[in-house]
Amino acid sequence: MSEYTHPLADAEFVLNELVGFDKLCAEMGHEDINSELASVILSEAGKLGSGVLAPLNKVGDLHHPTMIEKDGGPGVQQTAGFAEAYQEYMDGGWASLTGAEEFGGQNLPNVLGSAVNEIWHTSNMAFALCPLLSQGAIESISHHGSEHLQQSYLPKMLSGEWPGTMNLTEPDAGTDLAAVKTKAIPNGDHYLISGQKIFITWGDHQMTDNIVHLVLARLPDAPEGVKGISLFIVPKFNLDENGHPGERNDAFCVSLEHKLGIHGSPTCVMSFGDKGGAKGYLVGEAHKGLSYMFTMMNHARQGVGLQGLAASEASYQHALQYAKDRLQGTKKDGSRFTIMKFPDVRRMLMQMKSSTEAMRALCLVAAAEIDRGNAARSELFTPIVKGWCTELSQELTYLGTQIHGGMGFIEETGSAQFYRDARILTIYEGTTGVQALDLVGRKTLVNNGESLGALLDEIAQDLAKFDVMGGQFTLAAQQCRTALECGVAARQWLLDIAATDKDAPGSASVNFMMLFGYLCGGWLMAKSAMQAKAQLAAGEGNADFLNAKLISAQFFCEHMVVRSQACFASIQAGSDSIMSLPEDAF
Amino acid sequence: MKILVAVKRVIDYNVKVRVKADNSDVDLTNVKMAMNPFCEIAVEEAVRLKEAGVASEVIVVSIGTKACQEQIRTALALGADRGIQVELDTPADALSIAKLLKAVVQQEQPGLVILGKQSIDSDNNQTGQMLAALLDQPQATFASKVNVDGDKVQVTREIDGGLQTIELDLPAIITTDLRLNEPRYASLPNIMKAKRKPLDVKTPTELGVEVRNKITLESVNAPAQRQAGIKVKSVAELVEKLKNEAKVL
Repeated sequence: MSEYTHPLADAEFVLNELVGFDKLCAEMGHEDINSELASVILSEAGKLGSGVLAPLNKVGDLHHPTMIEKDGGPGVQQTAGFAEAYQEYMDGGWASLTGAEEFGGQNLPNVLGSAVNEIWHTSNMAFALCPLLSQGAIESISHHGSEHLQQSYLPKMLSGEWPGTMNLTEPDAGTDLAAVKTKAIPNGDHYLISGQKIFITWGDHQMTDNIVHLVLARLPDAPEGVKGISLFIVPKFNLDENGHPGERNDAFCVSLEHKLGIHGSPTCVMSFGDKGGAKGYLVGEAHKGLSYMFTMMNHARQGVGLQGLAASEASYQHALQYAKDRLQGTKKDGSRFTIMKFPDVRRMLMQMKSSTEAMRALCLVAAAEIDRGNAARSELFTPIVKGWCTELSQELTYLGTQIHGGMGFIEETGSAQFYRDARILTIYEGTTGVQALDLVGRKTLVNNGESLGALLDEIAQDLAKFDVMGGQFTLAAQQCRTALECGVAARQWLLDIAATDKDAPGSASVNFMMLFGYLCGGWLMAKSAMQAKAQLAAGEGNADFLNAKLISAQFFCEHMVVRSQACFASIQAGSDSIMSLPEDAF
Repeated sequence: MKILVAVKRVIDYNVKVRVKADNSDVDLTNVKMAMNPFCEIAVEEAVRLKEAGVASEVIVVSIGTKACQEQIRTALALGADRGIQVELDTPADALSIAKLLKAVVQQEQPGLVILGKQSIDSDNNQTGQMLAALLDQPQATFASKVNVDGDKVQVTREIDGGLQTIELDLPAIITTDLRLNEPRYASLPNIMKAKRKPLDVKTPTELGVEVRNKITLESVNAPAQRQAGIKVKSVAELVEKLKNEAKVL
C-alpha cells in the first residue's frame, strides 16, 4: 500500500522564501491572492491527491486501458476508477486554476499551478497526464485561437468537461516535426483532416462527453518543411448548433501502445479521416502551427521537468517508509534495528531528499519567471528544468528501488513502478539530447551567452553571501564556488569553440546542461540555507523543518553540486574521442 | 432555517502525537493542525441540508485563538456561508465552551445546531450534551442519519448494540457520528469564494460569558511501549497465563 503526503511545508518554503510569492502576486496585480491562500489551495489539493488519485496509481499500473467498440468505431476504455477520479478533479474546479477569468478560469499564477501540478503528478502520474496535456491545449487555443474558437471550446476545457490532447508526432515525424504528413483540405467553414498520429497521450477515453484534439497538419498549398505546418482543432464529437457535442467526428484511436511505464495513461495511435475526413478548425493563421507549438513549449517542458520531481518524490516517500520499517540487523542485546542505521542507506535517502528539494526549488523558481514575463530567463531555465530534473529522476527512482534491496525488484512492493514510470520523462516533450542542444544553441550561442551570463552573475552575487556563512557550510560554499567557476568557464569554452569545431557544442551539450542543473540546484539550496538560518535566528518558522533544510542544503552542496566538476572535465575534453571513431568501426 | 455548526481546531489526525519533555501536555509546537474530523462531518451535513433546500444559511463557529480562523475558512470553502470566531487565548473547559456556544445560539437563533460528537484531542464527548441542557433544547447524539421534516427532525443514532431512530422538535442539537456522511473535498472556486465570505470575531465579554477552566492537567504520558509477545505451546498454557499472569480470567 503506497501512501502519499504532499510536502506542504517545503512547497510553502520555496514559494515564500525563494519565489517571493506575495511580492510576485502584488507585481501581477493579484491583490487578493497571497501565500496564505496558496497554502489553503495546496493543502486542499493535497487531500484530493492523497485521498483519490494516489490510491489509483497502482491500479492503473496493473489494469491497463483497453480497446473497445464505441460510437461506431474503435475507442479506449480507461482503467476502472479513473472516470470517478476525473469527476472529482473536475468537480473541484482544478482544471480552471490558471485559466482566464472570462472563460471561467481562476486566473491564478503559473507558479501556483505548477505547485499544484506537482501534487497530481506525484500521486498519480499516468492520471495527471490527462490534465497536463489539456493545459497545453488550453494554452494553444488561448494564445492563438480565434474568438469564436475560444468561446466554443475554452469554457468547457477550463471546467474540465472537455480535456484536450496534443497530436504532433507521426511515424516519420518525431523530433523532426517538419516531416509531418497529415493533410488538411479546405471544405467550406472547416477543413477535412486525414492522416495518422502516434504516441497520443490520453487520445481517447470515456471519462468525458467530448475531447478536443489539437492536430498539426499540412494545407495543400503549404511550403515544404517547418514553415508549412498548421494547427487545427479536431473535436471527438462535432459541436451542434447549440455548441453541444453532436455527431461523432472521423477521429479514432485505432490501437494502444504497450509501454514500459505510465500504464494507466492510454498512449494512442490516432487515425483521422478514415471515413472521408475529420472536421478540423484552423487555429490562428495557416502555416504557423509549429511556431504556435513553441509558445507553449516553456510550459509543457517545464511541466515534464516537474514530473521528474514528482516521480522522485513519490519514490522517496515510498523508500523512506520502507527504510524506517525494515528490520535488518541485530544488536548484542538481541534487539533488532532498521536499515536507517546504515550509512549507505542514509546516503541514498539524503541524495533523494536533498535532490527533490533542489528540483522543487528550481521548478517553482522557473515557473515564476513565466509569471514575471521574464522571457529570456524562463526560456533559459526550460531546458535545464526539463533536462536536468528528468535525468536526475532516473537516478533517484533507481535509488528508491535500491533502498528496498531485493524487495525493490519485486513488483508488489510498488517501488518499481516509479522507476518504470520515470523512464519516459527523459524522452517525451523533447529528449535530453534535444534539451541540451536547445540550451547550448538557441539559449546560449544565439544570444552570445548573454542570458546565461546574467544568470551566472546573479548566482555569483548570492554565493558571495553564502561564502561568509561558515560553520557547517564552509565546504558547501567552497564546492558551490568551484561549480560556479566551472559554469563560467564552460560558458566561455562554448562561445570560444563553437566557431572552430562544429561538433563541440553537441558533444558537450548534455554535460553542459547537467553542469548548470547541479549549479542551479546548489545555488537555490544555498539560498534556502541562508533563508532558513535567518528564520531560525529570528525565532520564526518550524525549527525542525528549518534545521532539516540546513542539513539537506549542506549535503546537496557537498555531494551533488561537486558533480559539476566532472561535467566540466568532460566538456573540456571536447568532441575528439566522441566523434573520431569511424562509423564503420562501431 | 439557519444551521449553526461548531468546529474545533485540533492536531491533524495524520500527525504522530508527541508528549512535551516535561510531561505537562501534548507538544503542539509547529505541529500540523486541522479541523476535527467529526466537525468536518457536521459541516458536510449542514451543507448538504442547504443544498437540499432545507437550510437557508450555514453559520460556522469556532472558539480559540486567531489560528482557528483557518478551520473556519476551511468550512467556508466546503460551503458554509459565514463564520464566527470567538476569540479565546486561554484554556477553557467544556462547560465554558458550551456556555459560549449557547450565547452565540441565542444571538443567531438557528433552527438546528450540529456539532461533532467529540474532538480527537480531548475525546470528552460533552459539549453537545451540555449545550442542549443549557439551551433546554432536545438533543440527538451520535447521529448516523438526519432527516428534517417540517418543524421536526428524525435522527438515527448509533447506540450500543444497534441503531435508534428518534424524532425531535426543532430547534434541536445534533452531534455527528462517523458514518453520517463522507465529507467532500473543497473545490477551487469555493476556496476562492471563501476568502470573501464574512467572518466576525466576538469576545467572551461581548457574549457575556465568564470563561473558566476547572480542569487541571496533571501530566500527560505517552502510552507504554508495547512489549514483545511470546508463543505458548498449548491452550492449557494460554489459559494458565491468562489466569495467573494477566489475571483477566
